Amino acid sequence: MFSVPDLSDLNAGAALPAIFLGAYACLLMIVDLFIPRTRKQITVALTLVGLGAALALSLLALGDVVEFGDGAVAFGGMYVADRFSDAVNVTVLITAILGVLVAYNYLERIRRQRSEYYYLLLFTTLGVMVMGAAGDLVIVFVALELLSIPLYILSGFRWPQEASEESALKYFILGAFSSGFLVYGIALVYGATGTTDFRALWQSIGQIVADDASSKYLLLVGTGLVLVGLGFKVAAVPFHMWTPDVYQGAPTSVVAYMSVAAKIGGFAALARVLGAGMGNLTLGGEAAAAWQSTVWIIAALTMILGNVVAIVQSDLKRLLAYSSIAHAGYLLIGVAAVGTPAVTDEAVRAVVMYLVAYAFTNVGAFAVIIAVEKDDASNTGLDSMRGLAARQPLLAASMAVFMLSLTGIPLTAGFVGKWFVFKSAVAADLIPVAVIGVLTSLVSAYYYLRIVWYMYFEQGKGEAYVPAPLAWAISIATVGTLALGIFPYLLSDLANGITLAFGR
Amino acid sequence: MEDISLVTVVFMLPLVGLVLMLLFARTEQGYRWGALVTSLVTFGVSLLLLRNFDTGVSGLQMVQKVDWITADSFTIRYYVGVDGISIWLVMLTTFIMPLAILASFNPIKDRVRLYYLFMVLMEWAMLGVFVAQDLFLFYIFWEVTLVPMYFLIGIWGAEDRIYAAVKFFLYTMAGSLLMLLAILWLGNKAGTFSLPDILAKLETGELSFSTNTARWLFLAFGIAFAIKVPMWPLHSWLPDAHVQAPTAGSVILAGVLLKMGTYGFVRFNLPLFPEASKTFAPYVAVLAVIGIIYGAWVSYGQKDVKKLVAYSSISHLGFVMLGLFALNPAGIQGGILQMVNHGISTGGLFLLVGVLYERRHTKLMSAFGGIWRAMPLYSGIALVIVLSSMGLPGLNGFVGEFTILLGSAGSSVLSWWFTFFAAIGIILAAVYMLYMFNTVFMGALDKEENKRLPDLNWQELWSLVPILVMVFVIGLQAGYFFKFMDGSVQELVDQVNTYVMTAAGQ
Repeated sequence: MFSVPDLSDLNAGAALPAIFLGAYACLLMIVDLFIPRTRKQITVALTLVGLGAALALSLLALGDVVEFGDGAVAFGGMYVADRFSDAVNVTVLITAILGVLVAYNYLERIRRQRSEYYYLLLFTTLGVMVMGAAGDLVIVFVALELLSIPLYILSGFRWPQEASEESALKYFILGAFSSGFLVYGIALVYGATGTTDFRALWQSIGQIVADDASSKYLLLVGTGLVLVGLGFKVAAVPFHMWTPDVYQGAPTSVVAYMSVAAKIGGFAALARVLGAGMGNLTLGGEAAAAWQSTVWIIAALTMILGNVVAIVQSDLKRLLAYSSIAHAGYLLIGVAAVGTPAVTDEAVRAVVMYLVAYAFTNVGAFAVIIAVEKDDASNTGLDSMRGLAARQPLLAASMAVFMLSLTGIPLTAGFVGKWFVFKSAVAADLIPVAVIGVLTSLVSAYYYLRIVWYMYFEQGKGEAYVPAPLAWAISIATVGTLALGIFPYLLSDLANGITLAFGR
Repeated sequence: MEDISLVTVVFMLPLVGLVLMLLFARTEQGYRWGALVTSLVTFGVSLLLLRNFDTGVSGLQMVQKVDWITADSFTIRYYVGVDGISIWLVMLTTFIMPLAILASFNPIKDRVRLYYLFMVLMEWAMLGVFVAQDLFLFYIFWEVTLVPMYFLIGIWGAEDRIYAAVKFFLYTMAGSLLMLLAILWLGNKAGTFSLPDILAKLETGELSFSTNTARWLFLAFGIAFAIKVPMWPLHSWLPDAHVQAPTAGSVILAGVLLKMGTYGFVRFNLPLFPEASKTFAPYVAVLAVIGIIYGAWVSYGQKDVKKLVAYSSISHLGFVMLGLFALNPAGIQGGILQMVNHGISTGGLFLLVGVLYERRHTKLMSAFGGIWRAMPLYSGIALVIVLSSMGLPGLNGFVGEFTILLGSAGSSVLSWWFTFFAAIGIILAAVYMLYMFNTVFMGALDKEENKRLPDLNWQELWSLVPILVMVFVIGLQAGYFFKFMDGSVQELVDQVNTYVMTAAGQ
């Protein structure tokens, strides 16, 4: 005999924003069948409505205006709707809205206006949301697949253009490979602890550490493999090889969304798994978690490689691909700091702030590339920036703001993110990696400034096409980047109160 | 809501002007005058700072303190105020900016609106550096000053402007990033980023760091400031930036931006790390003296007037550093006054070079000669400013340099050799300045192109007259300026000495 679980015990209400978006996406798939091919702007509008409604729900939850469900824990611990997941939801939903705005005219121009684009985007957004709320390693895996598979398809959306196909295939094969690592890691962790639930994992690890049981080796290998799997997703060195090719080949509107959304998902998972599940995995009586040193070494390599290789790039999309690798490195500094118990909360908040800042900035930067890109995917070289300020003053000003923000210059969101990430690293006594962080920021200043000088100090054609939705997206991104930089308390108020108390 | 302090008003006025210009100015003329009016109003209101300043108080005045970012383990505040040290740098900024803007009316013909927006933004950021009392706030404005200057050099500069702009940006940023880490470290340790709170905690012993840590922190802050000053051997960005920048850019760079470095030493290094300051003082002084002599020496070898003035800055700022690290009241007061003096005279010199460049589009000394005959008014003003830069008694430069030498000679941490070599620097200054004056202004008016050069127009005249006035005012009434500093500088010196004495007693 088996007992049927009482549905009210599931506390499904806590997951309302995610459930809503999932249901809406399924519904949209069906509704779309009845929308004629020539009027796909209706699908786009409906997508925006769905994302907007989900965003409203998430904001209500984040602002503690309404409490959906009874407490944070839902589905027997599988799903945790706490402040962290609310913040992740808000960030990824804003990213998705911007992603839809930048895509509409672009798809029209490249003659790929198909509704699949929009509901696939909804599904991958849902994947990120679930990732941020994962309370169980199995959910991490499921969410990761939900996040990744639509992205594989979207990368190839420009078929039969070879670069796009290559991008999709490469992303798919390496993504599947990394999923394999993740599953294997989860299996080993399960083997060592007998559980995949973060709460039970925490206790079990505590026991293993206290007993100094030999299963800790199994656990360490498992943790390492989980790190590899997630490292692929966030493009950390040495698992970054796919990034430049995928970014360059995929349609720019997809990259604008994916470069941010995949990072939000990956880092949410890293924070959850390492912070809430394995934060107490210590060796030899040290205070900091055993994975901390691994993470900060990866962070250092990622920052160095990303920033140094970005210098020699002549294609904007490739340059921003390496820049996004570099930013994964900065975020990993925050993740490493999570491993020091006294700093865990501060570090998780820093990561969240960095992600919000990065979301506005990076979508904005790619949106500007969309504006200068020609219909045949050409004109994405650095040269396309030459003289942009003379012809398109507002577009150039926005791009300058994004570049300064990526560099981490004050009064932009990027600075606030870097400030808190470096602060958490210093607090966790990870001074060497913080030093590498600031020095590589200096390196990055060179290539970001180069874009600014091409736009402002040199002459050129400066051609760009900025239809209304794209202009809105760029405006929202610019205003967001500046507002979060000028009023940094907006970010810190958002992050305050976030804890990964679930595992404790 | 507490009352808005006058410091906030002065500091925010440029921002208000910026917003008004964006909203209402429609024409290029609108932006020109908008920027000028903004900077003049800011200057006017900043005069009230002098009137309301209580010289009997040594600490911060007209303070405004609002919590800005609050988190579990720390607070970041909007915390502004002035004391006897920063007030003169605020005044210097508000004084120089209208002149720089006025001097841009003729030369800047291209992308006028953007230019004046950056000028006003620049003023706002520089004022922010001088009034900020919270390390977060300070760091924000410290970095933000880079952005408008990068554009000013890069867009409106001379032939090698891009190289100069990028070099300026990267060089300065390199230093500030290490300072960022030091700030974060301090803030983590103290639980606050407000400088007065950190100093109070140091005084009560609630916060302390080991000698070694303090020295590392001193270096992290110090290198950032030393690059900005710039101290030899970190000066190589300066000649490029100064020479390539448009006239107003050079005026701002020399007049105000460099002082951010020396100000940083006074504001942060000396009070926060007194022991390290004493330990490092001789080394800093050696670099300062090398800078004095090297700057003067290289100036003498220049063919380009603007380069000559640029290198002379290295020499003058060496004096300031020597004075500050004499670590006694005379040295520090002289150093602070010399910051103001250098801003005025070197700012003036760059304006003068700009006038010539506008007419001839060259800055080579060999292209001129006998200018006095063609432009008597201009040359007369130039003579006064050149003499002031050399340190002629009765003019402003003399008071500053003399007080600095007095300070360094009486210093307990520096040997008299420093004074000796610095005095040689004064002689060298006379050599290169007079050589320059001789080549450009004296002699026969033998070049055909120079014979019909028009004398100063009204913008040029009015951008130079205030400088001329200040040269005499400071030269003859230096006591008025020192009066403001007395209390704050004495307190600073006490902070440095008490700490060292208690440390020695332990």
